[in-house]
Amino acid sequence: MRYLLPLFAFLVLAVFLFVGLSLNPRQVPSPLIDKPAPEFELYSLHEPDRIFSSKENIGKVWLLNVWASWCVACRDEHPLLVQLANSGVVPIYGLNYKDENTTAKQWLKHYGDPYIASVVDPDGAVGIDYGVYGVPETYVIDKQGIIRHKQIGPVTVDSLQNKIIPLIVELQKQT
Amino acid sequence: MKSLFVFFPLGLGRVFTDGFTISRLNSVLILFLSLGIALLLPLKASWAETEYKEAVPVAENPEIEQRMLTLTEDLRCLVCQNESIAESRADFSNDIRRIIREQIKANKTDEEIIDFLVDRYGDFVLYNPPMKNTTVLLWFGPLIFFLFSSWFLVKYLKGRRREIKEVTLSDVELKRAAHLLDDDSYKRTEDHLNKNTKLDNQDHSSTLEQHQKADVSTSENKGNNV
Repeated sequence: MRYLLPLFAFLVLAVFLFVGLSLNPRQVPSPLIDKPAPEFELYSLHEPDRIFSSKENIGKVWLLNVWASWCVACRDEHPLLVQLANSGVVPIYGLNYKDENTTAKQWLKHYGDPYIASVVDPDGAVGIDYGVYGVPETYVIDKQGIIRHKQIGPVTVDSLQNKIIPLIVELQKQT
Repeated sequence: MKSLFVFFPLGLGRVFTDGFTISRLNSVLILFLSLGIALLLPLKASWAETEYKEAVPVAENPEIEQRMLTLTEDLRCLVCQNESIAESRADFSNDIRRIIREQIKANKTDEEIIDFLVDRYGDFVLYNPPMKNTTVLLWFGPLIFFLFSSWFLVKYLKGRRREIKEVTLSDVELKRAAHLLDDDSYKRTEDHLNKNTKLDNQDHSSTLEQHQKADVSTSENKGNNV
């Protein structure tokens, strides 16, 4: 008993610390999950005359990917987004966050353009409405216009296969 | 820089033998040179004024800035999580500070501004989290831990007191201890022992005499010590 008690205390501490190791402090749970996606009306990067409204997407499941040409991690996830767009599973919309239009266009030309439309948020105002605090971030928005998932940081093969795509398939079944 | 090289030969061999040593003459020259530069600098600055504008102050209104700062001191920067938004110079914090300034200008109350941020970034943005089901452990965890450990400490100390037994020393042990300690108590214990063992054979006066003797010897000792 005399030796078991410290051992027990140590084990409890060890379990807590071990769990703490596997947590990512950057993954701040978004309060926007299961809440209506903030509405926005922004012009599109390739067609500056066309104002895109987030309401247009009511009735379909879509992805909103926050990206910028200055964002290095965006390059990591970009090939995956292009693949996903080509597969036609889900329409992807881009939110070009605090970027220069010319460099953004060049960037898309160079790395490929997976977006149905990429809207321009030069001062990050819409980004703040969505609780963006790092780029890239990706939101899964359902047919009712409700945010169902927020991917903080680049999309990975693992997160696509195990979380995002199954979720999209499930959401598409709903009416 | 050119002029420095002109002065170096004056330092003669020393400069060449040891690249880092500058002779006394040269150091005086360098001192004058740097004084000259220092005196010239203000002149240069006055030229510059025509070319550059003065930096625009961050806050046009110190009142707004003060309110913004008190607000942001209790808000966490989500990018550099150990800094408050007031301290942080991350882009994120710059944006939030800008938005708060705008909202203050739009006559929003502090609560409205905080709510605006919590709606977007969650309670995590607050350094002072509200009491909720999810934060109960955060609020009361330390208290629970304190109570538990106090209970444990009291229990432990009580248990230890029970373990320590009252020890009664025999006369021989007392004498030995006194001998080891080697002080006045030794004498007294000796007397005490003598009294016990010899009381039957000797009369009362002799023990009294011994007492006096012992007193004298102690006072003698004391005298020696002083």
